[in-house]
Amino acid sequence: MKPISANKSTRTIRTDALARVEGEGAMFVQIEGDHVRDVKLRIYEPPRFFEAMLRGRAFTEAPDITSRICGICPIAYQMSAVRAMEDACGVAIDSGPIRELRRLIYCGEWIESLGLHVYLLHAPDFLGYPGFLEMAREHPQIAEQGLALKKAGNTLMTLVGGREIHPINIRVGGFYRAPSRAELRPLIDPLERAREIALATVRWAGELPFPDVRREPELVALAEPGRYPIDLGRIVSDRGLDIAPAEFDTHMVEEHVAHSNALHARIRQRGSYLTGSLARYNLSFAALSPLARDAAREAGLQETCRNPFQSIIVRAVELVQVCDEALAIIDDYEPPDEPAVEVAPRRAVGHGATEAPRGMLYHRYALDHDGTILDARIVPPTSQNQLVIEEDLRAVVQRNVKLPDEELTLRCEQAIRNHDPCISCATHFLELTVQRG
Amino acid sequence: MTPKKTLAVWKFSSCDGCQLTLLDCEDELLTIAGQLEIAYFLEASRAKVQGPYDVSLVEGSITTPREAELIQEVRANSKALITIGACATAGGIQALRNFADVEEFTRIVYASPDYISTLATSTPISANVHVDYELNGCPISKQQLLEVISAYLNRRRPRVRAHSVCVECKRRGTVCVMVAHGTPCLGPVTHAGCGAICPAYNRGCYGCFGPMETPNPASLNVWTGLEDRDLVRIYRTFNANADGFRESSEAHQRQ
Repeated sequence: MKPISANKSTRTIRTDALARVEGEGAMFVQIEGDHVRDVKLRIYEPPRFFEAMLRGRAFTEAPDITSRICGICPIAYQMSAVRAMEDACGVAIDSGPIRELRRLIYCGEWIESLGLHVYLLHAPDFLGYPGFLEMAREHPQIAEQGLALKKAGNTLMTLVGGREIHPINIRVGGFYRAPSRAELRPLIDPLERAREIALATVRWAGELPFPDVRREPELVALAEPGRYPIDLGRIVSDRGLDIAPAEFDTHMVEEHVAHSNALHARIRQRGSYLTGSLARYNLSFAALSPLARDAAREAGLQETCRNPFQSIIVRAVELVQVCDEALAIIDDYEPPDEPAVEVAPRRAVGHGATEAPRGMLYHRYALDHDGTILDARIVPPTSQNQLVIEEDLRAVVQRNVKLPDEELTLRCEQAIRNHDPCISCATHFLELTVQRG
Repeated sequence: MTPKKTLAVWKFSSCDGCQLTLLDCEDELLTIAGQLEIAYFLEASRAKVQGPYDVSLVEGSITTPREAELIQEVRANSKALITIGACATAGGIQALRNFADVEEFTRIVYASPDYISTLATSTPISANVHVDYELNGCPISKQQLLEVISAYLNRRRPRVRAHSVCVECKRRGTVCVMVAHGTPCLGPVTHAGCGAICPAYNRGCYGCFGPMETPNPASLNVWTGLEDRDLVRIYRTFNANADGFRESSEAHQRQ
C-alpha cells in the first residue's frame, strides 16, 4: 500500500446499507487526492447454505427449494433447476406447448421484476427522489404506470403459477396443471395495456438525462436463433464465447477474492464479464420483436448500448418484448396432452442456464440412481456481475471526483443500481464487517 | 391532526419475498402510504426516519451474531413487532441447519470457511425477542398482510383464521387430492392463508404456511402411505423448525 502523502487529503464515500436493491449490501470508496484508491461492493447478506441443504434431497424438490433463494425471481430459480434436472435425466423440453407455457410464466416474472426495477428502484435516481413513494406524491401518473405493469406480470404469474411469489405449479418435466386456452384469455386485456405502458416507458426513459459513458466489459448471455433469450440457449459473448451450459465450468471460474466478501465469477484467462439486460440486448438485438426494435430506435438506442445508465431504456425495451411475446404465446397456445412429461432419475450430472431478469443463472446437479441430489452448484447473476459493478463504480468515482460527498454517493449508488443487483441470491455470499473510514 | 403512525420494514436472513409482498399490493400501496408513514423500508427508499416506530414488520430469521444484536435494537424501537413469513415466524428453510452440522454446511459451500460468521442454528424472531403478532407463510398472503396492518392501525386484533388448508379447499370447491387421487397432502395439518392453491393445481399441499393450531400429523402420516424417508423430507422444508412439524420429522428419522 502506498503511503498517504501529507498534502493529499483522503476521503471516504460510504453507504452502509444500500437502498432499493434486493438484499443487504454496502458500498465503500476511498479517494486519495483526486485518485480512487479503493472500491468495494460489500455484500453482508447472511449465508443460507442452499447448496449444502440440497444434498440428500430428491431431485424433484429442487425447484421449490431453490426458489426460496430469491423472492424477486423465483421462476428463474425454478426454471434453471428443472432444466438441469431434465438434462441429468436425458430429457430435453426445447419445443412444444410445455416449453411455451414455461416461457409464458417466465415473461410474467420479467414483466413484474423489470417493472419493479425500472419504476420502483431505478426511476427515483433519475427524478431525484429517495424512493418510489416519495416520487409517487409528485409524479402519480408515472407511479401508477409502474404499478400497473407490475400487476400485469403478477396476474400472469398467479394464473399460470398459482401465486406470484414462489409459484407452486412448476415441476421437473413441466407443470402440475396446464391451463386451458379459455383460462388464459383474461390475460389478454391486461397484457395489451401493459404493452402500451411499456411502449410509453421506452419513450419516457429515452428522454431521461444520461451521463455520456461507454463501458466495455465482455457481455455474456444465452442466445437462441430467432428468439430473445429467456428460458434456454447456448452461452455466448461478444468476444467469441459460444458454449453449451454444460461447459460453464470449463470456461468460468469463481474466485474467492481477498478484498471482497463474495465469490467473483470470471471467464478463465480473460476476466470479468457482465450478464443481464445490456448483455442480452447487445447480443440478441436481431431477435427482438419488430415492435420492441422500433421502440428502441425511436428512443435513440442503437443496436448496441454500452452505457450502463441507459440500462433503464433497455429494460423498458425488454418490457415491450416480453409483453409482446406473452401475447403471442397466448394467441398460439394449445394445451399439452399431459401437463408434464415423465422424467425418470438416473445417476448423472445435469446443467441448466436461464435468464433471470437481472442476468444468467446457472445450476448444476449431480444425482444418484434414485434421484437423490449428491451435489449442487448455483451461480446467481449478481455473483457474475459483481466485478463489473466494482469496475463501473471505480470509473464513476474517477469521473466525478470533484463532486461533493453527498452527490458522489448518490451517483455511486446509481451506478450499482444500473445493474439491478440481487443480493438476496445469497448462496455464495459471505458476511464481512463493513470497514469504518 | 394527529401525526401518522409510522411503519418500518426490517430484513434478516430471508429471500426478500415477504417484504416484496408489500410492494406487490399494487392496488393498495399508495393508499397505505397515505394512511401511515413508511419510515424505514430499505428495499423501497433510501430515506430513513429515526425510530421509535409504531409498527415494525420483520422478515427473516436470526442466523448471525450481528442479526442477534440488531433484532434487540429493532424490538427496543418498535411499539408493535409483527413477523412476516416462515423465516421470521419459524426459522425458514435455512433452519435445516438445525438438524445438521453447520460447519460441514460451510465447508460444502465456501472455499474459505474461516471468513464465515454464522450461528449454528436459524431461529425465529420469537426465540430472540417478544413478538406481538406472527404471520405464517412462505411467502405470506397479501390479504393477511393488509388485514394485520389495518388491524394495528385501528387498534383491533387481526382476523386471521388458524384452521387448516382443508377448510380452504372445501370453500374453494376443490376435490380432495388425497381421497380422490391418493396424492400425499399436508393440507390437514397446515395453517390456512394461501387459499389452498396446490390442490387446485392438482398437487398436494407442501406445508409452506406451517402448522395449523393443534395439528395431528401422527394420524395424517399413516394416511399418506409415505415411507419414513419421504415423511422426513416433506416436513423438513420451509417450516422445518416449527412446533408441530419438527416432531414429526424427528420421529420418522429415528424409525
